[in-house]
Amino acid sequence: MVDLEAGKALQVRLKSRPILAEYGRTRGGLRLVWVIAAFVAASQLSIAQQAPQAPATPPARFVVVLDAAHGGDDTGGRLGDTQLEKTFTLAMSVRLRSLLGARGIPVVTTRESDAAVDPGKRAEIANHAQAQACISLHGSESGSGVHLYASSLAPAQPVRFAAWKTAQAAWVTRSLALEGVLNSALLEAGMSVTLGRTSLPAMDSMTCPAVAVEIAPELGPDKKVIAELDDPDYQARVATALAAALVQWRAEAHP
Amino acid sequence: MIPRHQQLLFGILLVASLIMGVTLWHLRERAHQRLIAGQDSAPTSAPEVAPAEEATLLVANDSDGSLLTQVRSLPLPADPGARARAVLGKLLDLYAAPDAAHPVAGGGTSVLQVFLLPAPYFGSRNLTPVGSEPGKSDAEAADTAATPQLAVVNLTGSFAASHPAGIETETLTILSICGTLHANLPRVTQVRFLVDGQPRATLAGHADLSRTYLAADAAPAEGAHP
Repeated sequence: MVDLEAGKALQVRLKSRPILAEYGRTRGGLRLVWVIAAFVAASQLSIAQQAPQAPATPPARFVVVLDAAHGGDDTGGRLGDTQLEKTFTLAMSVRLRSLLGARGIPVVTTRESDAAVDPGKRAEIANHAQAQACISLHGSESGSGVHLYASSLAPAQPVRFAAWKTAQAAWVTRSLALEGVLNSALLEAGMSVTLGRTSLPAMDSMTCPAVAVEIAPELGPDKKVIAELDDPDYQARVATALAAALVQWRAEAHP
Repeated sequence: MIPRHQQLLFGILLVASLIMGVTLWHLRERAHQRLIAGQDSAPTSAPEVAPAEEATLLVANDSDGSLLTQVRSLPLPADPGARARAVLGKLLDLYAAPDAAHPVAGGGTSVLQVFLLPAPYFGSRNLTPVGSEPGKSDAEAADTAATPQLAVVNLTGSFAASHPAGIETETLTILSICGTLHANLPRVTQVRFLVDGQPRATLAGHADLSRTYLAADAAPAEGAHP
């Protein structure tokens, strides 16, 4: 324990590695306490955590981030007559989290209730989780089936200090690979899938393989609605297919 | 008896007052004539109708998330900014039609202005700014045929407010605007968006409206997904 008394000198000297502090004298006599303040080391550790690592680096553990879009005052789109997009995305997030938990996959969510979460905060949560898959859940009345979107940023090499608004650029290649795995699983489940690239404020700042999953009503060959978004069976089928895809993704990321 | 110098001073002041009065009356008459001339807004010549030309539109389709190329004949002004606005107006008129494959309310009047400026960079790799060429100003550089341009599209707030929310539908709207601009004005390589003259974070809660879009990336092959 370090005894800091009044009048005792505090000297901080910068050396090549740690900061060493000489805390002064105790009652029993002169005692030098070398404290590894770890200021520099902690800073370096923090920088290393925030900087995007090379996608090829094997991750320590497999974590999935589920981002239920919208929330609070941001209601998102209106799905049908009664349902709001923010409610639908939260329901899908809860459903998918349960399925992934049952498969032994740790999940970090950006929101657990009807709370407003800033796009920047969503990216912060995803980046701090150091996830191997970030799924942003959306719902829409337009189109049909499931729309999968990766970032439209041009792929770039990982850098130590990435620009916040384009941090996803170093991960686009992995995001496209994750999009392919999700596409395969959804097609296998008999759903129509639309693939695309887009620019979403939260997703473009994520340093993880990130895909936006937009779920639309399921249409038949005659363009008539087969399953609405508030259909629990449809939600379960989509969530099961996404969970299967993430299990497959884990097998590829952690062979 | 009034002193002579006071008589002289009175005379000078009287003459000056008369001169100032005449000048004031003359200026009033001139201002009145100018006012009358300004209010005469009756057309003196018939408006010129631009000749019809072929315009290429990249029309979005929500059912499969694709952009389809359509060639339409419509009168296009010679001025590039007005030409861009006319083309985008036609595109948004298609979206406002009752049977549109990508229904968006608003129509052609949703495009307030299209400003064409020198693009900040020649592509993403060469960071040479426009106008940095020795001996050339920005305006001269912008007039050069090969100079890429940045189009700033100013949309109405009612268009953004009434746009359907969703990643697919918002992305298709943005990409079809970018692709249509590039197809008709090949010098337009970058596109930015304003809403009522102000920057806006997203179009309707999803697609990022604060970034610069590369027009060439938004013009895929026919029928391709963005």
